[in-house]
Amino acid sequence: MLWHRDAAIPNDIDAVILPGGFSYGDYLRCGAIAKFSPIIGAVKEFAAKGGIVIGICNGFQILTECHLLPGALVRNTNLQYICKPVALRVETTNTPFTNQATKGQIVTFPIAHGEGRYTADPETLDQLEAEDRVVFRYVDNPNGSLRDIAGICNKERNVLGMMPHPERATDPLMGSADGLTVFRSIVTAFAAK
Amino acid sequence: MATITPDILAAHNVTADEYSKILSILGREPNLTELGIFSVMWSEHCSYKSSRVHLKKLPTRSKYVLLGPGENAGIIDIGDGLGVAFKIESHNHPSFIEPFQGAATGVGGILRDIFTMGARPIAVLDSLRFGPLDDPQTGARNRRIVEGVVSGISHYGNCFGVPTVGGECVFDKSYAGNPLVNVFALGVIEKEKIFLGQAHGVGNPVIYVGAKTGRDGIHGATMASDEFTEESKQKRPNVQMGDPFLEKLLLEACLEVMETGAVVGIQDMGAAGLTCSTCEMGSRAGTGIEIDLALVPQRETGMTPYEIMLSESQERMLLVAIKGREQEVFDVFEKWGLDAAEIGIVTDTGMLVVKNHGEIVAHIPNRELADEAPLYNRPYTKPARKAPMDAPAFTSADLKADLIRLLSSGDMCSKKWIYEQYDYMVRTNTLYGPGGDAAVVRIKGTDTSVAISLDGNGRYCSLDPREGAKLGVAEACRNISTVGAQPMAATNNLNFGNPQKPEIMAQLVEAIEGMADACLHFETPITGGNVSLYNETLGEGIHPTPVMGIVGVLKTGKPMPIEFQSAGKTVLLLGGFRDQQDLTRFGSTQYANVIVGGPWGLPPALDMDYEKRVHSAIRKIVTEGLSESAHDLSDGGLAVALAESSFGGIGARITLPASERPEVQLFHEAPSRILVSTAKAQEVRAIADEFQVEIVEIGTTEAGKLVIADRIDASIEELRQPWSTSLEMLLHA
Repeated sequence: MLWHRDAAIPNDIDAVILPGGFSYGDYLRCGAIAKFSPIIGAVKEFAAKGGIVIGICNGFQILTECHLLPGALVRNTNLQYICKPVALRVETTNTPFTNQATKGQIVTFPIAHGEGRYTADPETLDQLEAEDRVVFRYVDNPNGSLRDIAGICNKERNVLGMMPHPERATDPLMGSADGLTVFRSIVTAFAAK
Repeated sequence: MATITPDILAAHNVTADEYSKILSILGREPNLTELGIFSVMWSEHCSYKSSRVHLKKLPTRSKYVLLGPGENAGIIDIGDGLGVAFKIESHNHPSFIEPFQGAATGVGGILRDIFTMGARPIAVLDSLRFGPLDDPQTGARNRRIVEGVVSGISHYGNCFGVPTVGGECVFDKSYAGNPLVNVFALGVIEKEKIFLGQAHGVGNPVIYVGAKTGRDGIHGATMASDEFTEESKQKRPNVQMGDPFLEKLLLEACLEVMETGAVVGIQDMGAAGLTCSTCEMGSRAGTGIEIDLALVPQRETGMTPYEIMLSESQERMLLVAIKGREQEVFDVFEKWGLDAAEIGIVTDTGMLVVKNHGEIVAHIPNRELADEAPLYNRPYTKPARKAPMDAPAFTSADLKADLIRLLSSGDMCSKKWIYEQYDYMVRTNTLYGPGGDAAVVRIKGTDTSVAISLDGNGRYCSLDPREGAKLGVAEACRNISTVGAQPMAATNNLNFGNPQKPEIMAQLVEAIEGMADACLHFETPITGGNVSLYNETLGEGIHPTPVMGIVGVLKTGKPMPIEFQSAGKTVLLLGGFRDQQDLTRFGSTQYANVIVGGPWGLPPALDMDYEKRVHSAIRKIVTEGLSESAHDLSDGGLAVALAESSFGGIGARITLPASERPEVQLFHEAPSRILVSTAKAQEVRAIADEFQVEIVEIGTTEAGKLVIADRIDASIEELRQPWSTSLEMLLHA
């Protein structure tokens, strides 16, 4: 666990996960304050060096706020928080996060957010698609995200942001273990190095 | 010094008798600050002065109870060196005046009660009651209150990071001017690390931590002890504002500071704020406390001692540390970015001494203030009731249409619109979230899970508070048993009208006595709870509404669903049809209420011995893995339970014995009954026989359809669609 006030990431860290939650309460705009926390500078450096970074839910919002990923997450179209399991389609396996999935595979991860509607200008969306950077799409769009986008990666493909929670789908007792695919993919990516 | 006039007393809800008691305790006239302090501590909300005499009748002990009523929350032993701390509390009055903040701070308050013990909160449930959404006069306001309350709970619970895993939501005219918002929270604690709200150790520093004090919530506890009038809407400044992220930080900081060993006692500042936490901590330890208000972190300037002592600003705690180890406490709170300020010391005088810049502004004996509140044995007569006893003539024109109407009614329709706004899975322990008979949350690192059910039935209690309260306990225990858990203990929230009316007081007395009987019978002692009186608007009381929160324990595993799982399985009615001849006892059912226009008569008859044997039977059936689904019969009886069991896509073909009153057979709410589907009917029957309860084979599961004898023939979609969309349609009509 890295502390928000730390300014450096230890050398033995392989991957950084920006988890869900409500950073600083998110009373302003989700992630808008978190981007000023000291650790974010270190995360940017880590990502620039090719380190694996995943932002889940609030983590995705923070990654867009600090411009490691394009676009923004705005309020769900129904203006309400939504918590439920949703079906996602894996759109690319060419990432360290999905190399153990198959293209087109349907996985079920929970969502739990009030501001998860992915938005970007049409050029950015076109570019994401042209560069195969849409990693997950909603099968039945719950929040009004443009082009059903649930998760994207950066151009270098080492930074993933996604609103759904793979870590909440890692135990059959919780209803789904589909999320393990993401974490197994990361392990596989490291093993291949 | 201001002279206390009758007007000032009236403004503080202090009676002449209470004032003479204050005079004799102090041996002099109080100043205004002291009067304010007495008025909140002796308010109904803080002192239970009208209910304490009767609350003593409740069973509070068992071999599992580690801590009973009197502290911030009760605690029971769940094995593995762990306990669970839990309690329910109301925020009814604030939620009517300002629904969003009222409900949000209700969640915040109960969470602090849990983590002040040293427990980490792992589950919240809510019991909500509102006026009807489609009422021509009050509907618009009721809808606004529902939206505000739900978003308030969602805002606070989600941001704090505790899953809201279940609850109940009921609509009735009697709640139109006085909604009920009861919030239950449960946390896990190591048995050896329970913290109490006690100020031991003369000379130890008293430290204030958390949010700064503002002017919000002054006299919240007094307001919560008063009826609503037209002026109530002007009491909005009495409602507190919540900051859930600050509470999250406070939780982490408190649990961390407790680990240092530097903390002697700790208590949250809830109702009556700094007043309550100081005098209660002192009183419990038999010590005195001396504080200086100039040292209290304040977010507004020019606050008077009166305002600081009575503020109900949220997210604050008071702790007593070991002298010499203050710095350890300050370090932890600094890490979490929170205020911590030494504001006083523990003394041996037994007095609460409040100074402001060194000048004494209040000087009151702790024990008398905290524990010598007036005690009223208020007169009571027969419980108020308006409904007639005899059943009107009624005949169903179309049973399928009746079923659809029931499934679309506010009480029985899907509450998805509500619970999908709650993060019900954060912390990844929720095995069974909202929508089942009971919520099931696992305790990580053990084989144990806890099952929780909140139940109350104001309509039953309006017809017979004693029987209604027993039925509430029975149903909550049935829910717990249906998921395979053993009911262990309970917390209660008693929501009633004005206790100064003898017929309302009678409702309270009878409900408590009924609850006491049932809790003794089902071996679920009450470990704490809350009493909310004066739930009246313009002289009109709510239904007497005792709400039970029952906690059970089971072995962690795949939870038993309520839905039928596969076609071709035997459908059994455990408990049997029960006696349904008496139409008087049909008058409290949802059918009587929604379709016929009741209620009338009495609640369903309950045989507690039989009920308990049914619980034992279903627990054995479920834990031995003999059933594929299990769902208890409650609102709407057999037909509604069959429909709900079908909503996963597998329905059933049911055969029933001939009946002269098919409505009654389908919709009676006789208790002690559970619907089971199984591939092992013989083994299930054997268990029913073992516990000497009836079991009747009533049909077979079948994909896509629900056919009930020659009475109802429906596709599942025909039933599911109105059920799942109704609440949203009612809200956004």
